[in-house]
Amino acid sequence: MASMRDIKRRRNSVTSTQQITKAMKLVSTVKLQKARTRAEKTNPYTDQMYKTVSSMMKKSGNITHPYLTAGESKRKAVIVITSNRGLAGGYNSNIVKLITNEGFKIEDLDVYALGSKGHDMLARRGYHIVEDRSDIMDNPTYADASSLCRTVLDSFAKGEVGEIYLAYTHFKNTVTHVPTLTKLLPVDTSGMEETENNAVMMNYEPNTQEALDMIIPKYVTSLFYGALVESVASENGARMQAMDSATSNADEIISDLTLKFNRARQGAITQELTEIIAGANAIS
Amino acid sequence: MADIFKIEIITPDRILYEGEAEFVEFTTVSGEIGVYANHIPLTTVLAPGAVTIYNGEKETVAAVHAGFAEILGDKVTFLAEIAEWPDEIDLNRAKAAKDRAENRIASHAADIDIRRAEFALRKALTRINVADMR
Repeated sequence: MASMRDIKRRRNSVTSTQQITKAMKLVSTVKLQKARTRAEKTNPYTDQMYKTVSSMMKKSGNITHPYLTAGESKRKAVIVITSNRGLAGGYNSNIVKLITNEGFKIEDLDVYALGSKGHDMLARRGYHIVEDRSDIMDNPTYADASSLCRTVLDSFAKGEVGEIYLAYTHFKNTVTHVPTLTKLLPVDTSGMEETENNAVMMNYEPNTQEALDMIIPKYVTSLFYGALVESVASENGARMQAMDSATSNADEIISDLTLKFNRARQGAITQELTEIIAGANAIS
Repeated sequence: MADIFKIEIITPDRILYEGEAEFVEFTTVSGEIGVYANHIPLTTVLAPGAVTIYNGEKETVAAVHAGFAEILGDKVTFLAEIAEWPDEIDLNRAKAAKDRAENRIASHAADIDIRRAEFALRKALTRINVADMR
């Protein structure tokens, strides 16, 4: 049986760990609120963008545009959004798993990493990392999103990659976060449903081709930016959950240790008493 | 009195403006355009410029850079990557950006993307113009 001192030391260490996890939980709760408000604010933009683009696609169904057809190259680019910090439960490893299980050929994949955790894990597995923009994750802005998108779209336009994917964590609600892999380019038009705008005969200026040229990159950027803010919200949600369960686990361990400590204390007292009584008996 | 239509200016971070207007004026890549209610449906790409919304006596100005506008008979939606009110503009920063862009264009260096520099210059000029209107 462990000595009283050992148990006490262990209990103290668990208590201080619990204090840390509790504080981290509080911090990520606040951050989650902030991130969630932000994600909600981008919704009108991405929704409207989606509506416009899908109605454009429906009407210009016969148009052939480089952005709408897969490139010749069999290389694929994937933008991976993870976090810079750990202790967020399965948040980071779920994204990495999503990519490794997707059946991409490692040698045909160009990874654009956002978030050092995902970057490190993928690099260790031998994926080719083209660019590491983990700095964005600290405070993602639309300008950051659009600068990265420009790089990726350039490599698509040059024919270096044939398809572009995006791996991020969809923020469904505070407790549910879904790792998601979507295709950014070529634009996937199959899922786009009819919207009410489809009824009107839309005109485009300067012309349909040029309007597509300018709007598609904006569409991709808006999808990407939306994914970015959602991922930040998911990260904090995941960390909040992880820290919450860590705190309650610590509670369990502490009560278990307290019980053991009291037993040991009682045992020690009993033993001491027996010794004294035995000693007194021996003298008399 | 002219017919009234709805108008929305949406940016990735917020809804800048949501309301009604009789007439709206803005800049597209093919020139300036004015829109009344019951305009033909048109989607047009925006150039950096001021968006002026007229509603009765009231005139509202915002600076809008990059994005596009979707015009329907009873509604105009601006999807702008950057849009701001005149009082949010940092005039000194805009002036500095203008000088920087002008220098870059004037330098004719090989490693400079002229189109981006011109775009930056237009953005800075728009900001300065709009800020003067407040």
